[in-house]
Amino acid sequence: MTRTNIALLVLIGCVAALPLFGDAYALRLGTMACMYAIFALSWNIVGGFAGYPSFATAAFFGLGAYTTGILMNKGVPLPLSLLGSLVLCLLLAAALGVVLLRLRGHYFAIASLSLVEVFRELVNNATDLTGGGMGLNIPLVSGSSVLSDATFFFYAMWGLLLITALVVIAVSMSKLGFGLNCIRQNETASNMVGLNSTLYKAVAFGLSACFVGAAGGLYAAWVHYIDPSDVFDILYSVKPIVMALMGGLGSPLGVVCGAFVYLGLEEVVWRNYIQIHSGVLGVLIILLLLFLPHGLVSLHAGKIWRGLSGRKAKHV
Amino acid sequence: MSEIRQEILHLSSVSRNFSGLKALSDVSLSVNKGEVVGLIGPNGAGKTTLVNTICGVTPASSGVVTFDGRDITRIKTYQSARLGLSRTFQIVQPFAEFSALDNVAAAALFSQPGESLKSAREAARAHLAFVGLDAQADQSAATLTLAMRKRLELAKALAMKPKLLFLDEVNAGLNSAEVERATKLIHQLAADGITIVMIEHLMKVVLNVCTRIAVLHNGRLIADGAPRDIIKDPAVVDAYLGQQYAQRNAARG
Amino acid sequence: MLAIQVLINALVLGCLYACIAIGFSLVWGVLNVINLIHGSFIVLGAYLAWGAYNSLGLSPWYALLIAAPAFFVFGYLLQRLLLNRVITAPVLVTLTLTFGLDLILNNAMIYYFKADYRKLILNPPTGSISIFDVVVPVDRLIATASALALTFLLYLLLRRSKVGRAIVAVRLDRDAAVLMGVDVKSIYAIAFGLGAALAGCAGVLMALIFPISPLTSSAYLGKAFVVCVLGGLGSVSGALAGGILLALVEGVGSVYLGPAHAVTLSFVLLIIFLVVRPQGLLGRKGFE
Repeated sequence: MTRTNIALLVLIGCVAALPLFGDAYALRLGTMACMYAIFALSWNIVGGFAGYPSFATAAFFGLGAYTTGILMNKGVPLPLSLLGSLVLCLLLAAALGVVLLRLRGHYFAIASLSLVEVFRELVNNATDLTGGGMGLNIPLVSGSSVLSDATFFFYAMWGLLLITALVVIAVSMSKLGFGLNCIRQNETASNMVGLNSTLYKAVAFGLSACFVGAAGGLYAAWVHYIDPSDVFDILYSVKPIVMALMGGLGSPLGVVCGAFVYLGLEEVVWRNYIQIHSGVLGVLIILLLLFLPHGLVSLHAGKIWRGLSGRKAKHV
Repeated sequence: MSEIRQEILHLSSVSRNFSGLKALSDVSLSVNKGEVVGLIGPNGAGKTTLVNTICGVTPASSGVVTFDGRDITRIKTYQSARLGLSRTFQIVQPFAEFSALDNVAAAALFSQPGESLKSAREAARAHLAFVGLDAQADQSAATLTLAMRKRLELAKALAMKPKLLFLDEVNAGLNSAEVERATKLIHQLAADGITIVMIEHLMKVVLNVCTRIAVLHNGRLIADGAPRDIIKDPAVVDAYLGQQYAQRNAARG
Repeated sequence: MLAIQVLINALVLGCLYACIAIGFSLVWGVLNVINLIHGSFIVLGAYLAWGAYNSLGLSPWYALLIAAPAFFVFGYLLQRLLLNRVITAPVLVTLTLTFGLDLILNNAMIYYFKADYRKLILNPPTGSISIFDVVVPVDRLIATASALALTFLLYLLLRRSKVGRAIVAVRLDRDAAVLMGVDVKSIYAIAFGLGAALAGCAGVLMALIFPISPLTSSAYLGKAFVVCVLGGLGSVSGALAGGILLALVEGVGSVYLGPAHAVTLSFVLLIIFLVVRPQGLLGRKGFE
């Protein structure tokens, strides 16, 4: 295992100690941090390893949230419901991946964005099952006290993050990761050396969707109420990209750091500029893209100067 | 086996259209095991298209391609690679960020069943040594010179344990010393019993290594035979070699 | 009867959709940038018409005359100062950048205009007329005619003017255009400015028909996506074909599946088109 991957696991391990120090607010932030890290790690499989600019995160987050929500309303226990979300997202994304990942560049970006629209509208219209635009209430899980509830969901999300990180690390060291790396660099050559790129891309898309789906399920159980415009928000698709760009594309440790930093920024903006928080977010995104195109890793004085002077920077 | 000359590749009336344009029309060709076939013809004659069609990049619009007794007309590129058809590209196609070693390891890993990343890297070292790139094994492909990248392509193709190897202009852009070195490698491969089909513009190299020559012109096969017959074939002289070449050749005897 | 009604509605709406999409298509085709701020430009144009009518008493015709140059300058500067810095970067970066810009503009509109829906109500009302027994409101007809006129104007500009020819040249082969002495940087900025101007004008026309709110921007953007993919990228006729096809599909879908499914249907169609015929109805193949 490489040193950065060990560092990633150590970092995730440190996060687990949060309930020893924090109150309910810190736990809420910690849960969000784990969720964002899951997004970023998952996106990195298809966006970072394979180099396909996916905007589908929100689609599978919402799908996972609704799957768990509906199953729990039918009396299925939480762990099984989450498993349902995970498996459904894995299979559906893999199947869609076979078709959609034939597209490249802008066309793939648009198709993956459209997936969010399609899923949202389907959920919106399946009123009998989902409650449509009225949203869906989800039964409480533990319900003993606020703090124990918060602790429970924190550890659940943390556990999911740990599983995601382990899978991503395993992928990065495996034949699959090596193959995705080949696909990003030169897909024609990949096929020529006998790599079944369709299969690899489909598996990558499936893996990048399944943990996001499970996280969506946990989120639904955590907040007790979801509606289509909340969980199918395009922002959920864009955030992991911003995190990955912040932390440096491709590196699992980088994107998790990016996720934590992003959450910190978002929280500060939320608390201070509630009225204009999305505008401030937009400014942050633009500054990041213009001046730190290689992520926080590239934060050296010289590079910033070059960024400011507007010279063309090479992008990953 | 009653036949001594064993056929490995057979094309029967293969055609390929690109939105109305006939890039290949009615090409029938067969290649026997152990042959070194030179594929020549003017630019745009359809040589690279022919290779692409055989490898499944641009499948034939009509006709049948068989390889080692199997119909591979509609096969996917990666499947043809696993069957033992490998090729180098006219415009080299390395994995730019990977080291030379990993480039070759990728070829070994994905074309052979049961290969692990570790064993593929070991195999890759041997192939890099064969083409003389062992010193550059850990250098990223993007930093290699053109001649080195051409040899890297060859190492990748060899790592796929080819039964049939297509060489698409391996000598284009190389200087004469580099050409000589590449030619030597090709001789060595042929001696090892690998069947080779090479697209080549340098007639010197073609005549030096090929046991047979096929000539394409405007997507049609206009000649197919022994090198000494081909260079005298009036159709080939007209379409490709040119009168001057023929005269010079005749003068030399 | 129903068929005629659906058809006429589709034609009327289709031209408007084409007008929504055409600026987006121009930017995508020429700059190779998916401009996510397009929807917010349209809404801003609608607010401009609303403000001009309600506080200055100017008719939407004057609003068009204000919107076109104002949005052109805005778009030109945006491209020159911001977008141009990342124009060579991969999709991921340009797309995320325009998303950031959209967040800012949309947030600003919510801040100043609030999120509630407004309507531009012309006084006196224009009424409606009937074509083949199908009742069509006159304001909708006027908007459609104007949309067609705008579309035709762009067509003329691209066909006849020197700048237009340069834009087309850059779209077809950027490197060759550079060799021919075209200043690609300024062509990019002009194309982006034109895209913004068309979005602003489309917004003015939308104000005549639809309620105005910052929340509608993503719906407009979605329509632009679908029209572009359906019709094919970067051609005026493609946008018209895509617009009418989209309006037809929505109309027929509403009749047979219910209006709620019209949007789903259009996006499903978009994905099918992307996979099966990425060059669109009238587009050329080979543009990524």
